[in-house]
Amino acid sequence: MDQFLINIFGDNIIKDIIIPVPVLIWVSVFALGAVLAERKISAFMQDRIGPNRTGKWGILQTIMDVVKLFQKEFVTPIRSNKILFRTAPYLVFTAAFLGYAVLPFSSVYIGVDLNLGLFYFFAITSLGVMGLLLAGWSSNNKYSLYGGLRSVAQIVSYEIPTALSALSVVMIAGTLSMQKFCVLQGGGIQNWYIFGGPGGISRLIMIPFLLSSALILFISTLAETNRTPFDIPEADSELVAGVHLEYSGMMFAMFFFAEYAQMFAVSGIITTLFFGGWQSPFGDLIPFLNSPVMQIFWFLIKGLFFVFVQIWLRWTLPRVRVDQLMIICWKYMIPLAFINLFAIGLYLVL
Amino acid sequence: MDINEIHNLLKTVFEEAIGEVKTDKPVDPYIFIDAGKINAVSYFLRDEERLQFDSLSCLSGVDYDKDNFAVVYHLFSFALNQKLVVKVLVPKSAPVVPTISDVWATANWHEREAYDMFGIIFEGHPDLRRILCPEDWDGFPLRKDYKVQEFYNGMKVPY
Amino acid sequence: MSELRTEEMVLNMGPQHPSTHGVLRLQLVLDGEIVIDVKPYIGYLHRCFEKHCEAMTYPQVIPYADRMDYVNSMSNELGYAIAVEKLCGIEIPERVEYIRVIMAELQRIASHLVALGTYGNDAGAFTPFLYCFIDREKVLELFEITCGARLLYNYIWIGGLSHDIPKEFIPKTKEFIKYFRPRIKQLNGLLSYNKIFIERTANVGVLPADYAINAGASGPTLRGSGVKFDLRKNDPYSIYDRFDFDIPVGNGEQGTLGDCWDRYMVRVHEMEESLKIIEQALDNIPEGDVQSAVPKRVKPPIGEIYVRTEVPKGELGYYIISDGSTNPFRVKARSASFCNVSLIGAMSRGHMIADVVMILGSYDIVLGEIDR
Repeated sequence: MDQFLINIFGDNIIKDIIIPVPVLIWVSVFALGAVLAERKISAFMQDRIGPNRTGKWGILQTIMDVVKLFQKEFVTPIRSNKILFRTAPYLVFTAAFLGYAVLPFSSVYIGVDLNLGLFYFFAITSLGVMGLLLAGWSSNNKYSLYGGLRSVAQIVSYEIPTALSALSVVMIAGTLSMQKFCVLQGGGIQNWYIFGGPGGISRLIMIPFLLSSALILFISTLAETNRTPFDIPEADSELVAGVHLEYSGMMFAMFFFAEYAQMFAVSGIITTLFFGGWQSPFGDLIPFLNSPVMQIFWFLIKGLFFVFVQIWLRWTLPRVRVDQLMIICWKYMIPLAFINLFAIGLYLVL
Repeated sequence: MDINEIHNLLKTVFEEAIGEVKTDKPVDPYIFIDAGKINAVSYFLRDEERLQFDSLSCLSGVDYDKDNFAVVYHLFSFALNQKLVVKVLVPKSAPVVPTISDVWATANWHEREAYDMFGIIFEGHPDLRRILCPEDWDGFPLRKDYKVQEFYNGMKVPY
Repeated sequence: MSELRTEEMVLNMGPQHPSTHGVLRLQLVLDGEIVIDVKPYIGYLHRCFEKHCEAMTYPQVIPYADRMDYVNSMSNELGYAIAVEKLCGIEIPERVEYIRVIMAELQRIASHLVALGTYGNDAGAFTPFLYCFIDREKVLELFEITCGARLLYNYIWIGGLSHDIPKEFIPKTKEFIKYFRPRIKQLNGLLSYNKIFIERTANVGVLPADYAINAGASGPTLRGSGVKFDLRKNDPYSIYDRFDFDIPVGNGEQGTLGDCWDRYMVRVHEMEESLKIIEQALDNIPEGDVQSAVPKRVKPPIGEIYVRTEVPKGELGYYIISDGSTNPFRVKARSASFCNVSLIGAMSRGHMIADVVMILGSYDIVLGEIDR
């Protein structure tokens, strides 16, 4: 894609400007659609209809919400730290959006094909916690402070199981580059890492460990993106709205867009690592389904499926308490992740 | 035990502090007790073997007549399934009653409410302040001669 | 920066808060996330019920009694009507008794559905709230075809009822019973035995039985601690002694005896028992005229009476003093939530903020009843 654009424009800089545009469009469309999807899915699960007045099936609902939020007053608490208060939402959104730079949408389209792609992604999402902490502190409000502190504890703790469970796959693949993950899983559904990756029958012995790695990765990323059952920073029945308490209008919308953007980014990581990324499940049997344009379709479908599972879990499970959250992380996830790592490492060595 | 037996038992232990027992229908029978001794009598009612009144159902203040307030205690025994009503009369000029919040924890908030509504002071109460009305309200609303105040913090009260 | 104190923080779970079930102010003194003390402040919804009663006639009090615990209006009216009837010595027809019991038990189910739904909401599970309210809609529909109102009825009058039940009431109630039994099982599967919910509520807010009795707890709060006491069985009023039902009691199944989960489960089981009572009553309603014993003027003789009934929240007691006129001399309503909420200070020490929310929800308070 880079070469193609350079050939057209003959200039590196224009290429750099054009490359992120489709991703930006996708993030905006996805965030708009995800808000609506969440409301509709939750409505169907709760035996009601959900938004259906703005446009057929409520399609224009989020756009109307954005219009409404644009014309709201930016209320800043008097004794808050104004500079930090204003910048916090944008920090959170930036961190979420920067993660998209390494998501492999297709074999020819990826923002930047770093050979440290995965590592970069985890580093960037941990920057998001700074935005939340700034929001909590600068609101000059005890409830927001609680939300901010809890979110720091939660996100920083859950970085570890995330990284460890991703490491299991890294060991098998031998690379950190996101494109290489997808390329290595080519050839059909049996080569996906969730089933052990390419290789002989003996690879199947790793399936339980890889399954549990995928599960740990999924749960930890739920905690990273503050989704129920780990939505303590925004626990809206204890801390009123937690971190977002004092924000109104567009700044509030930024937090939400950041959360939905992160949801998809994280689903993208899970599909890349375990479910083949942009590889079609039919492999080379049907070559049309493996063309670069269809690959975008496969990637999006898999990502959207995990987003659906996240939404589903949100409306089913109650919330865990803060200390129980820490217990789950340190006492259960991390030892399990280590066991997986050890088992997979053992298999690879032998 | 019926009300007369309880009355006799209390009289043998506390003598003059126990007033007469009223049993005419359709009244729930009750026993008058001297205001000063209510704390000691409550301990006895709670701890004595044959009585064991381990819970206080209700504590109400009453604007009894022209000169007196009454505090009415409804007691119930879970262990022996019996009830008792005890009344204490205090003069309006000096409405002071010893507290029984150390005997039954229920009494804590009920006594605060009686203070708030009638102005009956409960001696020895750990935290006697208004509970339903705002802290700086004037007057005691459930008294028969209560006139609502004109202004509260600059807002006109009667509308 | 130097004057930042770090030992204790005072946080107001102020009058406006999504989880305090009304306008209740809780002043929390916190050390980090651990609660050192909780001081409840009430009175934000005080509407001078007792003072109003002295200016109105006895039948005019009934709409005011409705509005005390607005989630459970039938039960409030029932207690008051029984008290005044005993004072006046009015004998009411059998039909009235049966219908009153059916209404009170339907109201119990509706009230517990609110309690359970909002409890799940406090814990973060948003879906059971809507499922409970779907079922509650069916109960409110039954009330609506009888007396026209969904929430505040003015239905149980002194000496009788305001309207007789329409002929479609009995078939519809039978249909509701058939519909509702499997829904309780569904609620159990979704919320009650959910591991995360159990983690949030088991071993939290343990209330020892002797302290509960001493502090005046009643209803599911008391029964959750293992005390098998229900006014419908131990001190029967109306015709409850003719029905066969059980008293669910907390038994420490998950966690300690007397924790939030026990109180929650007592409510779930009570709904099942209410269904039993309604079934037995529906089959046996005698014929009669519900308005035949309603007096033209209620003028009780001089006297006083204290009557307590088992409302879904606990024990509601009416202490009525009559001075022989048509207006009551003093009406005191001893509400269940008033005594239950005073326990929150002692029960929350040493827990975290999230637990305070769960403890408060397990007491199932309604501020209308506390403040009257």
